[in-house]
Amino acid sequence: MEPISIEGTAKTPSVQFNSKEGIIEIKGRSIPENSVEFYKPLVDWLELYKASPLDKTKVNIQLEYFNTSSSKCILDVFKKLETIHKGKNDVEINWYYEEDDEDMLEAGEDYESIIRVPFKMIEIAD
Amino acid sequence: MSFNIQDYYSELNEGEVLLAYKGSISSELINNVLDTVESKLQDFNVHSKVRKKVYNVLVESLQNLYHHIDDLPKNYEKDFDERFGILVVSKEAGRYKISTGNFIKNSHITKLEEKIKKINTLSKDELKEMYKYILNHQKLSDKGGGGLGLVDIARKTGHKLDYRFRAFNEEYNFFILSVYISD
Repeated sequence: MEPISIEGTAKTPSVQFNSKEGIIEIKGRSIPENSVEFYKPLVDWLELYKASPLDKTKVNIQLEYFNTSSSKCILDVFKKLETIHKGKNDVEINWYYEEDDEDMLEAGEDYESIIRVPFKMIEIAD
Repeated sequence: MSFNIQDYYSELNEGEVLLAYKGSISSELINNVLDTVESKLQDFNVHSKVRKKVYNVLVESLQNLYHHIDDLPKNYEKDFDERFGILVVSKEAGRYKISTGNFIKNSHITKLEEKIKKINTLSKDELKEMYKYILNHQKLSDKGGGGLGLVDIARKTGHKLDYRFRAFNEEYNFFILSVYISD
């Protein structure tokens, strides 16, 4: 599978999806008016990846801001990862949030309560 | 007499105004507003926790506006730009205030008002549950909105949504929403 490598912009995050290393990374800002356009290729990629995932997939989500339009798309990403996890492959989700950003921590907890995959909440010091 | 938008806009421009705009609400305009407000908040040395909240709530307010404006009929085009909206970000009594205004067809009022009233009755925990329910069960609309914007704003600000509808003509009202973020 071809990896996905996208540079971040003021409204969209940087993305690194690599099937050989089992790394899924989304970082930065995700605030486009219409997020489906941006996330659809990512969800499609995961749909293919879940057919033959590595024994261990490491997921790093480190968002500074995301809007409610993105929140549904991010849930779609997690739902694909949940399927991989259910298929007895290890999935580790690291949810990064800045020290004083309670809203971002809470957002991670929201996802954790919907998705049956353990989350690791990681605080980043300023 | 119909509601005078210009007068209302002037009223909103009292106090310490960070940014005021009236005109077409486009994707580019949203980018410019976000850049401007973000750099002003940085210049003012606003604590990062408050800065992030203001930014987040501003994104949702603007994108709500962007997705839900009802355009007036063509004969109003000399007075109002297409996709007309107003936005004022100000600071008063130690809290940030984000006000947005847009035209709404009278037939769309009931649904919106019911939603706001419902949100305003909910506690913090109930808002969290509502947010998670919509997140998990509702599809994104064609407009790209997820029905989550107002819930998210109420949840992040911890304040009730302050809103009013003002009759503009027989078919349209002007909808004004103000949200507050405590410093």
